[in-house]
Amino acid sequence: MQELTSDAAIELRGIDKSFGSVQAVRGVSLRIERGSITGIVGENGAGKSTLMSILYGLYRADAGEIRVEGRPVEMTSPRDAIGRGIGMVHQHFMLVDSFTVLENLILGAEGGPLLAGGLAAARAELARLAQDYGLAVDPDARVSDLSVGEQQRVEILKVLFRGARILILDEPSAVLTPQETNRLLQILRVLRDRGVTVVLITHKLREILSVTDRVIVMRRGEVVAERATSKTSAEELAELMVGRKVRFSFDKAPARTGEPRLVARGLSLVDDRLVRVLDDISFEVRAGEIVGIAGVSGNGQSELLQVLAGIRRPTGGALEVCGRKVDAAHPADPAEMRELGVAHVPEDRLRQGLVPAFLASETSILGYQDREPFCHNYLLDGPAVGKYCAELMDRFDVRPRTPGLLSSSFSGGNQQKLILAREMARHPRLLLVGQPTRGVDIGAIEFIRRELIASRDAGCAVLVVSVELEEILSLADRILVMSGGRIVGEVAAADADERTLGLMMTGARAA
Amino acid sequence: MEEVFTLVVATLAATLRVATPLVLCAMGGLFSEKSGIIDVGLEGKMLMAAFFAAATAAVTDSAWMGVGAAIIAAEALALLHGFACITHRGNQVVSGIALNILAMGLTVVLGTAWFARGGQTPPLSAGERLNPIFFPVAGDNVIVYAALLSVPVTWWLIERTRFGLRLRAVGEMPLAVDAAGISVPWLRYRAVLLCGLFAGLAGAYLSIAQNAGFSRDMTAGQGFIALAAIIFGRWRPFPAFGACLAFGLLDAIAIRLQGVKLPGIGEVPVQLIQAMPYLLTLFLLAGFIGRTVAPKAAGVPYEKEH
Repeated sequence: MQELTSDAAIELRGIDKSFGSVQAVRGVSLRIERGSITGIVGENGAGKSTLMSILYGLYRADAGEIRVEGRPVEMTSPRDAIGRGIGMVHQHFMLVDSFTVLENLILGAEGGPLLAGGLAAARAELARLAQDYGLAVDPDARVSDLSVGEQQRVEILKVLFRGARILILDEPSAVLTPQETNRLLQILRVLRDRGVTVVLITHKLREILSVTDRVIVMRRGEVVAERATSKTSAEELAELMVGRKVRFSFDKAPARTGEPRLVARGLSLVDDRLVRVLDDISFEVRAGEIVGIAGVSGNGQSELLQVLAGIRRPTGGALEVCGRKVDAAHPADPAEMRELGVAHVPEDRLRQGLVPAFLASETSILGYQDREPFCHNYLLDGPAVGKYCAELMDRFDVRPRTPGLLSSSFSGGNQQKLILAREMARHPRLLLVGQPTRGVDIGAIEFIRRELIASRDAGCAVLVVSVELEEILSLADRILVMSGGRIVGEVAAADADERTLGLMMTGARAA
Repeated sequence: MEEVFTLVVATLAATLRVATPLVLCAMGGLFSEKSGIIDVGLEGKMLMAAFFAAATAAVTDSAWMGVGAAIIAAEALALLHGFACITHRGNQVVSGIALNILAMGLTVVLGTAWFARGGQTPPLSAGERLNPIFFPVAGDNVIVYAALLSVPVTWWLIERTRFGLRLRAVGEMPLAVDAAGISVPWLRYRAVLLCGLFAGLAGAYLSIAQNAGFSRDMTAGQGFIALAAIIFGRWRPFPAFGACLAFGLLDAIAIRLQGVKLPGIGEVPVQLIQAMPYLLTLFLLAGFIGRTVAPKAAGVPYEKEH
């Protein structure tokens, strides 16, 4: 046992880090107590992930001092961090899908040039960890066969297996169902009670409030506040993160619904691998309402959106889009759908929503580029496009207001606002939106949601697909829950809460 | 009866002789591909090795010096491939093709300049070659045994050792390897160097064991056939070995059937049978088999963020 000289597990003093001309972290000093759960919150780009990457040796700080358990240390690679007892669970899992749990566990800590001994020792150690922390996972299961929650447990086990006393989790609940999240929070409490120091990076205030002992708030690369969790509230934290007051709930007028704009009857889709990804889906979306589709990611929502937008053609069933029939025999491509008045804000902004290497002005007319006034006689009218983009930027508060900048230079929130502006500017009859606020900061979230509701009130039929339950609950008038390619339930927003929706999402209960 | 027995044994021996360079290349290629580095340059490495083996053996009168030179030549190309693809994150297919072209041109140019025989090296005497060990007719020289041994060794290294575990991991998910504090480039360099070693042996076999000297383009696409064998074997050593034997057998049968009249068919068009390995290769490399089992990160340069 090494000698302990301080009660702080981690101390950072005056940490600076720049990438090019952007200062990601400036003058950060903080202290994390041993055996506590500390939350670090902040908007995207506030510097929290960068700070933790510095602590884990992935980046090197330009200036400042790191102390682990009282001793000043140099972190040049993850190996240093692991050696100091620091482990990290990344937002995107660092697991080899084709390996078993055991193989993943020992990767990098094999305990000798031959595997046999290391595997046997790891099996015993895994059994012990499972018992001590209540983290049971089948050691011989292939990681690709595990659920996301189980994979995350493997990640935590990996860190503990390496003897970590300090555990950093980066947005751990981003991919979990509410039930899995609760299970994770439970595990974190057990870890803390066994003396592990936990650092939780997240932007979900509910988790911060339910599990942490202290919260550190970051904004624009600096620590702006530190609070004992018991003495703060969601409202205060949100305000500290954004730097101004934020409203979470909207005063929505009740929906005034009109004629059905989208009717799906028995829609199904069988993919290239002959997997039935959509199975007998029927619903309708009427003018003047927002229908939300909730579900754990990967349960057919993405495919449903693609079919509705005309990107994929259904293999069975039929659609009626603004009065036109679409089925396997009469497909409509995305351009035809657009002609019918369908606008689509895709889930994957960077791949389907825009071309990162294009200018913002080009992004602002993508899909409408062959229409007046952008195009005359097959030639694009650059000045007209630029002027149009500037107008959109003004209306949707896209920053910076520079149509000549590359699309990739904008933050996620501003890219999303630009895409939304492009799709909404044409007053669509039916608006399809996938993950409206994924990777978008709190200020922009508020704006985007308000715009979606405004478009509903203007009589547009809106379909929102989101894995964020809180988002579905705050936007939708009716909620459909998808699981395993089927719609497993429908609830009016007024009667819904996270718990019942979560149970339906996992297929545990049908409404 | 005895005739049939002799025929079978002779065909099997021929199969093994033809398959030896394929097996070595396939095992070498396996290491490279498992680590996530696609190696279309097996052909070029083998050709370069064959040339330097024959040239060195002719000049030094030593077969073993030839083998050494072959390995050094193949490793030089392997390092070049690694430098382009690992250090500079270049396109692996482009680099491999470039190496093939380089080898095709350089062997002929150097051969003409040094020996003035139209790109060939001087014929080697028995003392300058690797000779059969037990059965003179079968051609069982030391590299044939090395090839046979390379299969279980490759399997053992990949499946049972720490190096193998990390190798498989880096070809599937380099990020996980990096996060575990293991150097991705160093692992991949070791894989590429192992590949060079095997390709070097295969090249030496062609010019100083199977034949008595180097002739231009003598690899004749065998590097690509080995690549097809890897795919056919779904990136596993023993099945890939089986695929190499199958290709060898096709070739051996083609030689056997030369000029033979079969009842009901007449004379077999030998060209067709000779083309079989290539047709099969084309079919396999076009991706009909095993797309899902390829190492996931194969062909993707690994870039750390920032």
